[in-house]
Amino acid sequence: MTAHDPEALRRPNAPTTTYRYDDYDAAFVRERVAEFREQVRRRLSGALTEEEFRPFRLMNGLYLQLHAYMLRVAIPYGTLTARQMRRLADIADRWDKGYGHFTTRQNLQYNWPKLVDTPDILEALADVEMHAIQTSGNCIRNVTADHFAGVAPDEIEDPRPTAEFLRQWSSLHPEFSFLPRKFKIAVTGAEHDRAAIMVHDIGLRIVRNDKGEIGYQVVAGGGLGRSPFVGKVVGDFVPRHDLLAFLEAIMRVYNRFGRRDNKYKARIKILVHEKGIDDIRAEVEAEFAAMDRSVFVHDPEEFERIAGFFAPPPYESLARDSQILHAAKLETPAFANFADVNVSAHKIPGYAIVTVSLKPIGGVPGDATSDQMRVLADASERFGFGELRVSHEQNIILPHVKQDDLFALWRMLDAAGLATANAGLVSDIIACPGMDYCSLATARSIPIAQAISKRFADMSRQRRIGKLGIKISGCINACGHHHVGAIGILGLEKKGQESYQITLGGDPTFSASIGEILGPGVTAEQAPDVIEHLVDFYLAEREEGEAFIDTWRRIGHARFKDALRREGEDGADI
Amino acid sequence: MASFKHPQILIASNLTDGEVVFLGASGWERDHRRARVALNAEEAAALEASGKRDISANRVVDVYLADVEIGGDGAPTPMHYRERMRVKGPSVRLDLGKQAAGGAP
Repeated sequence: MTAHDPEALRRPNAPTTTYRYDDYDAAFVRERVAEFREQVRRRLSGALTEEEFRPFRLMNGLYLQLHAYMLRVAIPYGTLTARQMRRLADIADRWDKGYGHFTTRQNLQYNWPKLVDTPDILEALADVEMHAIQTSGNCIRNVTADHFAGVAPDEIEDPRPTAEFLRQWSSLHPEFSFLPRKFKIAVTGAEHDRAAIMVHDIGLRIVRNDKGEIGYQVVAGGGLGRSPFVGKVVGDFVPRHDLLAFLEAIMRVYNRFGRRDNKYKARIKILVHEKGIDDIRAEVEAEFAAMDRSVFVHDPEEFERIAGFFAPPPYESLARDSQILHAAKLETPAFANFADVNVSAHKIPGYAIVTVSLKPIGGVPGDATSDQMRVLADASERFGFGELRVSHEQNIILPHVKQDDLFALWRMLDAAGLATANAGLVSDIIACPGMDYCSLATARSIPIAQAISKRFADMSRQRRIGKLGIKISGCINACGHHHVGAIGILGLEKKGQESYQITLGGDPTFSASIGEILGPGVTAEQAPDVIEHLVDFYLAEREEGEAFIDTWRRIGHARFKDALRREGEDGADI
Repeated sequence: MASFKHPQILIASNLTDGEVVFLGASGWERDHRRARVALNAEEAAALEASGKRDISANRVVDVYLADVEIGGDGAPTPMHYRERMRVKGPSVRLDLGKQAAGGAP
């Protein structure tokens, strides 16, 4: 059965292309909510101390932040149904402050929930087959995937069945509930990496071998944070029937050798870096050869059952190019800009993938109001089979829109303040919550994003600049992925003041690289000037069609440093 | 005991809703201007002792002392930008947090 069979369509959550809970899943999540309700009751009664309660709340995604608690809700591989999006909006209104923040892990964070309300929130999430389990703690976190999964023309296979398979394998896995540190997995099935798999603890790339068989290139030891590393290939072609056993072997090697004495050296990236990939590969292969693999043997029937939930929706047979779209673009220049920048090619003729930017000029990256969430839910039902995606770039994707419908969709989005035509451009900035919300932050990140966004408010200028990824983190933990920004910005504290360290040359794709530090930190006020000078220098130096990262690689880091120094000498306030 | 350099107030998070609170003359206050100010190490230790009691009583969590400066009106203002953020709310949403309720200037 697929999610688009008549029987599935009669379900309350239909139509959709995402995994549906079976009775076991539903009972498990309900039991977990009841368990947490009891834990909260015991905490409030004093039966549990904070020290005892803290691991329980973290296991359910509940943090204590600067101003309030924060609840992180898992959105597996970033896929949401319209019904789920509406529920997220309702929760924001009833128990929070009318908005949510979409994160770089394709999750959603509420910034103001009360501890006493959290069990009710989790109950409301369970109603729509959602939860907050394993969004915190030293376990395998929410498995992320390419946000164009299932619709990208360059795709070998939809990565979501694999991601769901891994979610089921890793959820409450007894060996992996108390790892040395948190563990992040990402999956892509495409020729272009949109899931940043090279900077994950494990990155999976679905590949096809010479015989045409599907398998996985397995990358391990990537990661950002205090010590950033690009992952290394530990398995060049792991057949699907060996995938779970192979990953189990990696996890066992990590569990055995990963450091538990120093949290800053506990991630698998440190182990891979210190032991070397050849040693790690040998350890993994030895574990793989020695282990009882029968319990991990691939169950093709179960995989196909899961894959069935991600079957394509009932697309219409359409012409490759829409005359309606063509005419609307000629008629309405603002829509033409949106269609050129935020609309991507779809694998099915006549359809398109739409990126809805959550980065309005001067706005808070990744934030959406409850009303906007409802508009997105409505738009997905009206134009896209009721399905939405969250990208790690903190935007929302409508993955199945008819080209004929793009203009009507744009008008609907525009009315809700959701039609900013900047996907991938300089103002489409990734930013973590920073010190405006986060208790770990050393500086604010959102105001820097806002200032840069306003500096480049002229959309025609943005289009002239072209694709350029700016990523901002408010502390060394790097939730804003600054290490892999073509321009990265890291907020630190320097002598009691916020200071911003700029890096250049980061790349989150298959050609991954970690950005290099430009020089001494700058103040918040200086940051937009410095970024503008760097962009202007790039524009002066670039060759036809050359992206920022490619110009930087061609002419070198020193030229950018020199250019900035010269600007300073010329009297610019940088 | 840590060296005492500046006046201090005791900051915590309220257990049930997570809101930032400050130990005042007669209990936890939601406005930092009503916080009791320790002017020497002994007074700071007394604040901390009160905080520990209220952790045990399950009223507050995440309790710590923060350096402040005293304004002309006698009200304390945190010296570090992190705590200045905590007494107000997010700088990017002036409609939220204590600043929205008029609790902090």
